[in-house]
Amino acid sequence: MSTAYTVRDSATMLRRNLLHIRRYPSLSIMLVAQPIVFLLLFVYVFGGTLGAGLPGQGAGLPGQGGGGDRGDYLVFITPGILIMTVASVALGTAISTATDMTTGIIARFRTMDIARASVLTGHVLGAVLRTGFAVVVVAAFAFLLGFRSDAGPLGWLGAVALLVLIAFSLTWLTVGLGLAADSVETASNTPLFLVMLPFISSGFVPTDAMPAGLRQFAEHQPFTPMIDTLRALVTGAEPGADLWLAIGWCVLIALLGYLWSRRLFLRVPTK
Amino acid sequence: MTATRPAIEVVGLTKSYGDHTVLDGVDLTVPEGTVYALLGPNGAGKTTIVNILSTLLAPDAGEIRVAGFDVRRDPGGVRAAIGVTGQFSAIDELLTGRENLRLMADLTHLGRAAAATAVTVLLERFDLVGAADRRAQTYSGGMKRRLDLAMTLITRPRLIFLDEPTTGLDPRSRRDLWTIVREQVADGVTVLLTTQYLEEADQLADRIGVLDGGRLVAEGTAAQLKRRVPGGHVSVQFTHAAALAAAAAAHPEATSDVDALTLQMPADGSVAGLRRVLDGLDDEGVAGLTVGSADLDDVFLALTGRAAEAPAAEEIPA
Repeated sequence: MSTAYTVRDSATMLRRNLLHIRRYPSLSIMLVAQPIVFLLLFVYVFGGTLGAGLPGQGAGLPGQGGGGDRGDYLVFITPGILIMTVASVALGTAISTATDMTTGIIARFRTMDIARASVLTGHVLGAVLRTGFAVVVVAAFAFLLGFRSDAGPLGWLGAVALLVLIAFSLTWLTVGLGLAADSVETASNTPLFLVMLPFISSGFVPTDAMPAGLRQFAEHQPFTPMIDTLRALVTGAEPGADLWLAIGWCVLIALLGYLWSRRLFLRVPTK
Repeated sequence: MTATRPAIEVVGLTKSYGDHTVLDGVDLTVPEGTVYALLGPNGAGKTTIVNILSTLLAPDAGEIRVAGFDVRRDPGGVRAAIGVTGQFSAIDELLTGRENLRLMADLTHLGRAAAATAVTVLLERFDLVGAADRRAQTYSGGMKRRLDLAMTLITRPRLIFLDEPTTGLDPRSRRDLWTIVREQVADGVTVLLTTQYLEEADQLADRIGVLDGGRLVAEGTAAQLKRRVPGGHVSVQFTHAAALAAAAAAHPEATSDVDALTLQMPADGSVAGLRRVLDGLDDEGVAGLTVGSADLDDVFLALTGRAAEAPAAEEIPA
């Protein structure tokens, strides 16, 4: 199987997955609606109170400093919401991968002389495009609510690149979860931790405000450097070491997810 | 691959799941350009054989070559030569019929123009032009099966596996499908089909293998198999009841039907056997007689020790 055929088969499979996404729009709508609901909930219900608890510009102790208002809180949580959007679409990818595996056409693909991993590549590329669409919608919503930033073009370019990288890595992971699931129901449950984890990170409140133990977890889990880097990029600040930590996590998750998915899909079953 | 090399060569194929033996040493040879039918009840191992030969499932043991390629060492070579239409429809229900065919054409790396032509020809041939731009999930069972087969044929396979291709089809769709299979064979394609329908094996196959409990219990042409079992009979029609009663007394093994004035006697198909039956019959009392040979139902019953689970001939018009 030459590289040219691998690329061609992957493109064919991508077209198939894009048709699926178009023919089943309710899943995409649900996946985009979820982070938007969280955005509205956090900004308008909790935002006044939580904004007051934010450390002010160069302020001292957390929870006491200069504080802020609802608008400051919107700026604070938008990066976390964007990454939650990526996680939310990744959950959908697990569902669509698992659903696809139950259909007879996958067995047909397995009996054809095609680049076998192209079935998975099609899912991943389709999912990354769907994530891009979802992130643009949610970001537009944040702007509508009043999100403004001082970030320059380089910052935005970096933010887009980081979001694509995160989408790519979470997608490979959830393709694996979808393949490993014994049913579509399982596939819709196992990736839920991805949507929950951003809550226990620097995404919604500063980690300093958490009790010890939880704080250590929040500070060291992968979503925190991703969110901190994204926040720095979209607010025009310097991401520093978080950038490399975020990229490292993404590469690690993508690689493990890819190898796991490939192994699950390519094995010739013995039963 | 040389012309003399069989399309399928299987020696000593075994497969078990834990303690449960599914295939217990199957040997199978299918020459190129012929139709081989695997006949057997549910659970006999038919689908397992198809799955192993089409590289979907790994065998436990056995030498298996398909289209000249070893299924374990060179599955890519096998896949390039085969087409599979399974028991469960292998179509993409969210895509239209046309998109499904186009998908297969693209995956076979046909050029743009060749793909478009092939799609048009197959939609026409399989009577799907009207439904071409509707999603396949709206198709009837027969349409799905036709699309499925069209998707297999668009890849121009030299060897086709058909796993219970007509299960659940109405008689007319079944006969349409038989016609399509015959056309493929006329083009030199080899076909291995599995079926529970004795009639179907009889209609299509050059050779039939009877599979039961994971073993091939008999193999041959339909005629050879029919000769192997003593299911033949001679039926004699009498002109009046007294003649029937006299003949029935002389042949205690026979079954008599007093209303129809017929007597049916088992026969092994030999002239000597027939002569024994006819000896002692009074010419003037006999209105006519027919000699019937065993049908595959009898073969199946004799070889597997039970009747086929499938609906028999009355549901399949000959």
